[in-house]
Amino acid sequence: MQNVLQRPWIWAWLAAVVTFAATVVLSSGRGAGGLAYAALSFGAFAAIVGVGQMLVISLGPGNVDLSIPATMTLSATLALKAMDGAPGTVLLGLGVALLVGLGTGAANFALILLLRLPPIVATLAASLVYQSLAIWSNRGLRVKPPEALADFATGRTLGIPNVALVGLLLSLLVWIALERGVWGRWLLAAGQNPRAARLAGVPVERVRATAYVTVSVFATVAGFLLASFSGGAALNMGTEYLLMSIAVVIIGGTSIAGGFSNVPGIWGAAFFMFLVVSMLNTYGAGAGARSVLTGVIIIGIVIAASARRNPA
Amino acid sequence: MNIFSRYRILLPIASLALLMAVTFYVQPRTLSYFGLNLLFNLAVPIALATVAQMLIIMVNDIDLGIGAFVSLTACVTATFLEHSTATGTAIMVALIAAYALMGAMIHVLALPAIVVTLGMSFVWGGLALFLLPSPGGASPPWLREIMTVKPPLIPMALVAACLIAGVTHWLIARSGIGTVLRGMGGNADAVRRAGWPLVRLKALAYGLAGLFGVLAGMALVGLTTSADANIALRYTLLSIAGVILGGGEFIGGKVSPVGAVIGALTLALAASFLSFMRLSPDWQIGAQGAILIAVLAARLLFNRRDGARR
Repeated sequence: MQNVLQRPWIWAWLAAVVTFAATVVLSSGRGAGGLAYAALSFGAFAAIVGVGQMLVISLGPGNVDLSIPATMTLSATLALKAMDGAPGTVLLGLGVALLVGLGTGAANFALILLLRLPPIVATLAASLVYQSLAIWSNRGLRVKPPEALADFATGRTLGIPNVALVGLLLSLLVWIALERGVWGRWLLAAGQNPRAARLAGVPVERVRATAYVTVSVFATVAGFLLASFSGGAALNMGTEYLLMSIAVVIIGGTSIAGGFSNVPGIWGAAFFMFLVVSMLNTYGAGAGARSVLTGVIIIGIVIAASARRNPA
Repeated sequence: MNIFSRYRILLPIASLALLMAVTFYVQPRTLSYFGLNLLFNLAVPIALATVAQMLIIMVNDIDLGIGAFVSLTACVTATFLEHSTATGTAIMVALIAAYALMGAMIHVLALPAIVVTLGMSFVWGGLALFLLPSPGGASPPWLREIMTVKPPLIPMALVAACLIAGVTHWLIARSGIGTVLRGMGGNADAVRRAGWPLVRLKALAYGLAGLFGVLAGMALVGLTTSADANIALRYTLLSIAGVILGGGEFIGGKVSPVGAVIGALTLALAASFLSFMRLSPDWQIGAQGAILIAVLAARLLFNRRDGARR
């Protein structure tokens, strides 16, 4: 028991379970299945961007990608425009989305490496450009996704939402890469001490480049799925995922100081973030109260997790 | 070491001067009392928010909630402060105290500032929604008067910017406590061993940031005459960009108050400049990003020799 409580991911999962129980108790047991299903669907989007953000945050202090919302919007807009709702174009759309991810990721890292900008400022400035590109190509039109794609994004396999399956697959890949792969070891080493890692022969800049490209590609996958899920791309579709992506990483037990990642915690945190909002909705809280309580709960979890980590 | 790396302040000044020269060239009518006032009017609240962000960055933290906080103080200004100066002032003092408390908590519990301020941004935003669920409120008449006063020769916006720069420069770069605060960003351990209570210093830095956040909200309402819960959300990113444009750095307590104010002016001017260029609205945000990248790239050009030696 002692061992389990020391795991960094436990707090996010405990919080998710408690909020789930609190919501279900209030609705006297009805709708537990529906709530779990919704949490899996909506949590998946947060988890996909969260896993990407985790890779970047693991690179150490100052590393964060603020261009996630703009990248999501841009990829969804361009992909849906390319598909134009025609059947049999799903792969084309996915290809466009992934290419956007490769492009924005490479551009972000180019700014960081070549202009030596702090990543916060580089991704922030670049996101303004991506946002403009999305506005320019979108022109306020809402293109519907092809039917097959919309069916896939809103559908389920074996009772589990397809978007959650995609998210789980991506998370599993990252988890294996981090725990078993050389690249993952390099990434964490670079996050713990870049100088030591460089001296030990780790290609630090190459590892950082792959991390920044990966977070962009994950953001485009999330944007592509979200647009298909909600029947079209919207210019503000990514907005809430800026704070969300950072929040799930930290609540999930990944160290903000870098060098320590935690994939399972991200999912716990993603469920928790969705469940808190639905719990407060069930209790009939207004928008203001919901926001205040969300903030208080986030800080509470961070305090609880840090008290565990460094017992005074 | 060339002149630009010795005097870090020169680059922000040069970028602002260049942008101003181009603006005057494109639209000569802006080179007047009225034109200048129009160009820089909205820069005053941005400059105040940037100084608030700078105070946090000075102690090696970052504030992702300052935009929401300024929105909240703007809402308080447009409601409580407008009805009764006493109640309004009491609430503002409480908000500043909350900011100081947040700083103390971040220090004592060794919490990541980025997450705590992010969480607090939900709290500030929620409180602002309570006060003003829909846009509204009104500016206290005296505040409106201060923000629209017309001093001779130099427009109010520039006078205010100089005043903010002067006061914060004295506070951070000249006064004893400012030096200790910057020292905390450079080497907290050394400051602690010199006998300073770090908790109180951190609370002071955050409390000062809260004070400037309050001033930013008040200045904003004085200009716009009403408020809404999302009025200043973009200030979070603007303020970070302003601090970096002004030659500040994320770690090591290397910040420049004058630079931060100039950075804020540059950002405000960039927005006005782009609308003079008759650029399609689609590209305005993107062009702002491009200007930001260009100015920051220039910084590297000048610092290269310095950086290579490190």
